[in-house]
Amino acid sequence: MKVIVNDERCKQCGICAVNCPKKAISFSDVINMKGYQPAVVDDALCIGCGICYTMCPDWVFEITGE
Amino acid sequence: MAVAKKIPSILSKQISFCPGCGHGVVVRLIAECIEEMKQEKNSIINVGVGCYSLMTPSVEIDRFDSLHGRGAAISTGFKRANPDTLVISYQGDGDAYSIGIGESVSAAYRNENITVITVNNTNYGMTGGQMSATTMPGQKTTTSPLGRNCQTTGMPMKFPEMIASSFPEVAYVARGSVTKPAYVNKLKGYIKNAFEAQMNGEGYSLIEVLSPCPTNWGMSPVESHERVNGEIEAYYPLGEFKLREEK
Amino acid sequence: MSDMVKGNHAFAEAAVRAGARFYAGYPITPSTEIMEYLSTRMEEVGGVFIQAENEGASMNILTGASASGVRCFTASSSVGMTLKQEAISHMADSDLPFLAFNVVRYGNGLGTLDTGQSDYHRDTRGGGSGDYRCIVLAPYSIPEAVELISVGFDLSDQYLVGTIIHTEAALGQMMEPCDMPEMKTVERRFGAIDGTYSHKRISPLTRNRLEEAVEMKERYERIKANEQRWESEYVEDADYVLVAYGLAGRSVIGAVKQLREEGHKVGYIRPITLWPYPEKAFEAVNPEVKGYISVEENATGQMVDDIALTLKKTSQASKDVFALTYAYGVPAMKKIKADFIRITKGEIKEVY
Repeated sequence: MKVIVNDERCKQCGICAVNCPKKAISFSDVINMKGYQPAVVDDALCIGCGICYTMCPDWVFEITGE
Repeated sequence: MAVAKKIPSILSKQISFCPGCGHGVVVRLIAECIEEMKQEKNSIINVGVGCYSLMTPSVEIDRFDSLHGRGAAISTGFKRANPDTLVISYQGDGDAYSIGIGESVSAAYRNENITVITVNNTNYGMTGGQMSATTMPGQKTTTSPLGRNCQTTGMPMKFPEMIASSFPEVAYVARGSVTKPAYVNKLKGYIKNAFEAQMNGEGYSLIEVLSPCPTNWGMSPVESHERVNGEIEAYYPLGEFKLREEK
Repeated sequence: MSDMVKGNHAFAEAAVRAGARFYAGYPITPSTEIMEYLSTRMEEVGGVFIQAENEGASMNILTGASASGVRCFTASSSVGMTLKQEAISHMADSDLPFLAFNVVRYGNGLGTLDTGQSDYHRDTRGGGSGDYRCIVLAPYSIPEAVELISVGFDLSDQYLVGTIIHTEAALGQMMEPCDMPEMKTVERRFGAIDGTYSHKRISPLTRNRLEEAVEMKERYERIKANEQRWESEYVEDADYVLVAYGLAGRSVIGAVKQLREEGHKVGYIRPITLWPYPEKAFEAVNPEVKGYISVEENATGQMVDDIALTLKKTSQASKDVFALTYAYGVPAMKKIKADFIRITKGEIKEVY
């Protein structure tokens, strides 16, 4: 797994998905405690570039380095 | 090979900003720079009055809740009493440029060895989106509902340009943005430059950050980023206005 | 024989000797000599001296210094103190000690450049928005001011409140013989902000302001119980008690002594703390006293209100309360004596 998603922090702003160069981010069908559909990373598409970490204003993503 | 990135440990819990708000990125970048410079036990962040006042329970370094607009003066007190400590004044455009313009200019004029970070979202966010000194021409706010008329209210203020041109002896002045990956990386470099200048005793440093306010702009987060990258960036150019000098 | 020293210079040196190493201010007549003196003196003792862009900014600079646990002070006069009130209220909200000299100049707005006592209500009631008080000390001589400055810093630190040395133009500008105390050194206040994050910080979002308000009230009650200061004489058998502070108090002492020699049964109370008001001083007064006379350097009579409230509290509410108001300048003894005689003849109506 290249990205850890702290999905309880996600507010579904969509900034990560727009900026992801591999279009690897979509949004879950499961609603989090805040009432948002949190980001989901497709590990097969993800290259671990860290742009989601860089752009996310809510500190949702951490890059494992794998 | 991917590079590991962890949320800085001095950020203890998430801040309750609106979805898409830029403050979260700025706070994280400050925390990253403090951690990378190993200043977690040698920093004071003086937080002004605005939405960003919400950050204080989350940022685990020495911090103080400033008065509205008085950040640069209170930070001056902190710095003179703790000359070897990294002192950061975190403010918004309303706080630093409207109610606090006297303190903001005077700290730069004294070349006070502090770092002022102002987050410019072109309106008073916390009070519900009123016109500020940086509201764009024609921008609708709750106190300019027909759009800002610059003939009666003046043109948006360019504070970094004013400081860099009026006080050329200050250490470092730059304007960044949080609305593109490359911009965020550059902004981190600006913040680090400012902190290093301060710890090196070079004098006053100022970073303005262009930041979206989707809630008060009535836009989606993605639309608000596009507005910053288009209209706002065209008026407020990004870059460094005063470079550090060898000392 | 002690050296002659100008009031404002003595105040500044006394603050340095009390261990204060941080000054921020903005010049204003008639307090300016305090900061002129400190502009070189602070450097000699390794302290910080900042001439800020205005009075408000100087008080905000003190906010950072006080939050850092440093003994700090400022000086101003009347309208300049008005500009500091925003920061003073903020410091009260953050339990930050400080000492401020108000070298009062008489008047509203810009006012005059002359001596007066027109800021009594403002300084004793907090002054800015909110529910707070500052300890207010009112010296009647330069040596007493020098003594009270050290006391004021200590009280501020003990109770985590601001202290105002409430003096007046004439005391700042005049010269008197005065000995200076030994130099003290003070440590940084425990728990202060120094960048090390040794103590968890409470945020405005997590503060329990209800509990804080209760604690603040209890603290103020302790100040009222323990810190009242005054000087009084001849009150046990007095028909009339004159009440005055500062230089008006000094005139009243002289007037009362002469009136005594002339056979009038008069006494005086000279409040030294204006807040807390020295209510205990009124308990020792002759139960048969006919009236109290407030002597003030203003036009409207301000402290007279506190006298009336104190009499209400000490079950003397039926006593007559007069105000001799002199706007402005220090009232002469003969003027006070003449007006006292007019009171005894019923020519001046009581205020309460």
